[in-house]
Amino acid sequence: MFFLSNLVNGLSLGSIYAIIALGYTMVYGIAKMLNFAHGDVIMVGAYVSFCAFQYWGLPPVVSILAAMVFCTVLGVVIEGTAYRPLRQATSLAVLITAIGMSYLLQNLALLIFKSDPKNYPAQIIGMPGISLFGGQLKISGVTLVTILANVVIMVLLTLFINRTKLGKAMRCVSEDRGAAELMGISVNRTISLTFAIGSALAAIAGVLLCSAYPIFDPYTGSMPGIKAFTAAVFGGIGSIPGAMVGGLLLGIIEILSRAYISTQLADAIVFAVLIVVLLVKPTGLLGKQIREKV
Amino acid sequence: MKKLLAMLMAAALLLSCATVLADEEAITLKIAHIGPLTGAAAVYGNATSNGGKIAADEINAAGGKYRVEYTTYDDTHDAETSVNAYSKALDDGAQMILGTTTTSPCIAVSAEAYEDRVFMLTPSASSTAVTADKDNMYQVCFTDPAQGTASAEYIKQNGLPTKVAVIYNNADAYSTGIYQTFVDKAKELGLDVVSETTFTDSTKDFTVQVNDAKNAGAELVFLPIYYGPASMILQTAAQVEYKPVWFGVDGMDGILTIEGFDTSLAEGVLLLTPFSADAQDEKTKNFVATYQAQYGEIPNQFAADAYDGVYALVAAAEKAGVQNGATYADICDAMIAAMQEITVEGVTGTMTWSANGEVTKTPTAVIIQNGAYVGFNK
Repeated sequence: MFFLSNLVNGLSLGSIYAIIALGYTMVYGIAKMLNFAHGDVIMVGAYVSFCAFQYWGLPPVVSILAAMVFCTVLGVVIEGTAYRPLRQATSLAVLITAIGMSYLLQNLALLIFKSDPKNYPAQIIGMPGISLFGGQLKISGVTLVTILANVVIMVLLTLFINRTKLGKAMRCVSEDRGAAELMGISVNRTISLTFAIGSALAAIAGVLLCSAYPIFDPYTGSMPGIKAFTAAVFGGIGSIPGAMVGGLLLGIIEILSRAYISTQLADAIVFAVLIVVLLVKPTGLLGKQIREKV
Repeated sequence: MKKLLAMLMAAALLLSCATVLADEEAITLKIAHIGPLTGAAAVYGNATSNGGKIAADEINAAGGKYRVEYTTYDDTHDAETSVNAYSKALDDGAQMILGTTTTSPCIAVSAEAYEDRVFMLTPSASSTAVTADKDNMYQVCFTDPAQGTASAEYIKQNGLPTKVAVIYNNADAYSTGIYQTFVDKAKELGLDVVSETTFTDSTKDFTVQVNDAKNAGAELVFLPIYYGPASMILQTAAQVEYKPVWFGVDGMDGILTIEGFDTSLAEGVLLLTPFSADAQDEKTKNFVATYQAQYGEIPNQFAADAYDGVYALVAAAEKAGVQNGATYADICDAMIAAMQEITVEGVTGTMTWSANGEVTKTPTAVIIQNGAYVGFNK
């Protein structure tokens, strides 16, 4: 039972990592850049939903929607103002800009909300938990919602990418940006769309993350962001099922090694597993082999 | 234009002469306070800045032998910025430093101050690394190790449960320092430490740690950590219906101020602190009332430490016979000698200092009841 409850906790943490990793992997797949500000968009999502619920008294669902809308706009604005002008620049310049954007968001939040941590209201995801095996295994409502949300997002996103015209455009841009442009696909619009979807997902991740682990401050997004980035690499960056698998595995490994091996070594083990996977499969678990023509 | 400037200068000169004449007897001490007024640790820096300001105002209003010119410099809890703030303070003519508020900047600044021979008293940087090998560096607060030892002694002496779990942050020198001395003292006193788990700054999930303590049957959980993770641990424990006695240290101070936190979860949490805002002595009552009137909140331990720090600096200056216009280097050695001789009765207790810069005072425990700290008497 101890194992099962840890496994459920791992699944829950892994689902949050997976949702965040989707944002990293989509942006990488399509824009070929690492958006390090993604973790901080999560934090913004948490603050917006917090304000909407706590200060403006909006109902939970509206608060979550408000966070999603705000983050979507934020994502598009970040892309349009910070990354688009650098489309032809070296990847290093884009990377540094992304790190700068991450600091900008953190410090803006610090300026507005101050550094004191806040407690995320439990009522936003006010689902009652369930009790299995005669009360031996308790699963909280947030955990259920998180795992469910992960599955739903995954299915919808896969359908969107594979069945819609916009999804097809995204796949095209990912495969060959130049050729896609020649075929009449607007690369800029497609990348904007990717940022919009990724940021909306980040808002959801922010709500779920802070509902599960309620203390948050302006730095809340950065570490889960890095872990989720690791998950994306683990699963094969650029691959959507890869982000899902990587996120879930990372969460489960983290919780299980903390429970059974050592609370001290948990993070070391997670990253050791990453190194081993990358040594054996350099493109990640589900990553595509890319042949470069010389 | 030049004439105007000259006239202004002359006027300023006259004015400054006038002030000197009026205060002929009084000796002005230039105390520079360095702490984070902005950034992630701003809560602490603002508390020490405000607490010290109140003490300075009181001393100036009382009109004794000394006046205090109290200036605060922001270091954003960054070591490099802190050293710059320190240089700026010396340029401005500071004679002694009250600071710095947080530990890692304090280690950096105290190394400079040791070279320059500037007397420093930190209200709240509690690591032993702050004072180590520096004769000019003193502390108002307990050192980290002293907190661990004192906590174990307190638990033993007051008949609290002896089956103990410890959850600490192994990425933080403050937390590991207290943990180490706590466990050593606990062994010596025969406390039974049944569970020891750790986390790092990035840890979000505390179910494993809480379950470990619960499954080991610990009746008291010692939390030598800051209030952010502590509040998560309390919430996790509530979910798994685990109700031990919670025992924290000064980092726990602040748990009631988290916005949106259900303070009923912190009900019954004990914490070891030298300052309790609801103490009934005259000094504490006055200090709390003034602080509340000026800043609209109940002062925490950091504010109290800085308040006592200013009084300690003035007491030491008096003992050392600091005169008007003395430079920091002139008075440093006399201040060091004086610091070891004075006894200061402040709001955080009666304090004396040893040659290694550490303070001696009696800790008391407070318990959280109905969302407020009250003195704990078993």
